[in-house]
Amino acid sequence: MNITRLFTTHRKLLLMGFLILLIAFVLTFPLYGGARTRVLITMLVYAILAMSWAMFSGTTGYMSLAPAAFFGTGIYTTYLLQNHLPLPIIIVAAGLISFVLAVLLGLVTLRLKGIYFTIFTFGLVVFIPNVVTYVEGEVTQHHGWYFNVLDRTIILYTMLGLAVVTVLAIYLIRRSRLGLAMQSIGGNEEAAEHMGIDTTRTKVLTFAISAIFMGAAGAVLAPSLSYSNPTIAYSAFYSFVPIVAAVFGGMGSLQGPIVGGLLFGFLEKTLKVEWNTYFMLGFGIIIVLVILFLPTGMVGLVPILRDKLGGAISKWRKGREGEQHANT
Amino acid sequence: MRILEGQGVTKYFGGLAAISNVDFHVDQGEILGLIGPNGAGKTTLFNLISAALPASSGGMRFKGQKISGLKPHRICQMGIARTFQETKVFGNMPVIQNVLVGAFFGKPTHISGAAAANEATQALEFVGLSATSAAPIKDLTLAQQKRVEVARALATKPELLLLDELMAGLTPTEVGEAMELVTRIRDKGITIIMVEHVMKAIMGISTRVMVLHHGEKIAEGTCNEISCNKTVIDIYLGEETHAAS
Repeated sequence: MNITRLFTTHRKLLLMGFLILLIAFVLTFPLYGGARTRVLITMLVYAILAMSWAMFSGTTGYMSLAPAAFFGTGIYTTYLLQNHLPLPIIIVAAGLISFVLAVLLGLVTLRLKGIYFTIFTFGLVVFIPNVVTYVEGEVTQHHGWYFNVLDRTIILYTMLGLAVVTVLAIYLIRRSRLGLAMQSIGGNEEAAEHMGIDTTRTKVLTFAISAIFMGAAGAVLAPSLSYSNPTIAYSAFYSFVPIVAAVFGGMGSLQGPIVGGLLFGFLEKTLKVEWNTYFMLGFGIIIVLVILFLPTGMVGLVPILRDKLGGAISKWRKGREGEQHANT
Repeated sequence: MRILEGQGVTKYFGGLAAISNVDFHVDQGEILGLIGPNGAGKTTLFNLISAALPASSGGMRFKGQKISGLKPHRICQMGIARTFQETKVFGNMPVIQNVLVGAFFGKPTHISGAAAANEATQALEFVGLSATSAAPIKDLTLAQQKRVEVARALATKPELLLLDELMAGLTPTEVGEAMELVTRIRDKGITIIMVEHVMKAIMGISTRVMVLHHGEKIAEGTCNEISCNKTVIDIYLGEETHAAS
């Protein structure tokens, strides 16, 4: 029996085991302490960003560099509303504000194609924090944002909840006719238009839906930061994280960006402690290797490993059987 | 009955008139062949009808309704479908899903998933590609990809179908098959305009032929009238025979 057979015959059992482990893992969150909890939160944030980025950009081919704009807006929303509303409502509000912002941006930018769209979205990441800084300087005379501290474990659970909602939403969208419309835009936008698809509406709507999760993720993360400001919250880094993570994990599938985001978050937070900025050098090399040899990302490794391992095991077994035959 | 009518249709690209003051009409149930030398404006006229480009001036009516100024997706939902000179398939999908897109979005009314799947299967069967249903579209030959485009257009349930060089680049056998396909589409009651350089095909199946040259309509009539027309021979047909020799 090889690994592939094991997977197919005992699929249910394996899945159950995996689920039990996962539940145990989730239930033991409070025991992990500050540092590990922080790593887990980052992993989830990156996974949410990567998933929602890939949902729009990976499918339609419109490479957006706007995630930081929505993510930062989420953080800012929490800062503005934290003394007035409970966190769950703030999260919803951040999602809605990001949605509206994305609709406005989408209507302007999504008529642009290719590199022009990408550059414009990146311009927003530079533009919006400057507007916020200006408004703060002129109107509120406040500099820097301080957050009401919240127990990290609660934030972790909330982030996990958001991640689950994001996975479900994206799963459903991918299977819906909206998903098909997006995919056809990615395949050939001109043909899509001539097949009856309102491409502008489809693009704006899906761009805005992906922004909901990015904004919400920022809102959930905010209380775990003791301090932030427009430059930190709208850091362009958050625009590149989802792209790198999605490419790293594999853009085509639902699980690819999740795997990429979790891995990227884990590697960044744990290796940075030891290697500081050298980590980025090493990670850069890993990413180049993945792009060169695994065009479908890290998830592309699974079938390869399964075949190789399965082959090796069955070979080993055959060899042993042969030996036994020789002995008798 | 005239299904499509255009009056004074004009399109400028900068100072160049790609289509200049063309009046045309298509009768219900006919196959209108559209011919002319390269750069005559045939594809531009298709782009104007399907709203890929806005006309500079002039108006068009489809079944009596004004269609100038509409978006491409609305044109499709009204019942005008098209294929492309250079195939524009959804390269990231299997064959059947390409056709499914047409079935899902090509009509003005909402359609259930099961009904769309059913229509897509039928359209694919109609063009004779049921066997390749699950294959990635990139694995198909050019002739097959063009047929998928036809199936995709048919899945939108059009009343008027614009075929842009369906037969370009096909082998003689494939041309024969494509001609048979076009006739079968017409027999379903779908009106057709076809741009084509393959004269055998144009003359073999067109009800009527319209000739464009430098963006102007220089002749119009039955196949016999056109093949005897002095201007057309000078400008286009003669050139073709010459090129072939």
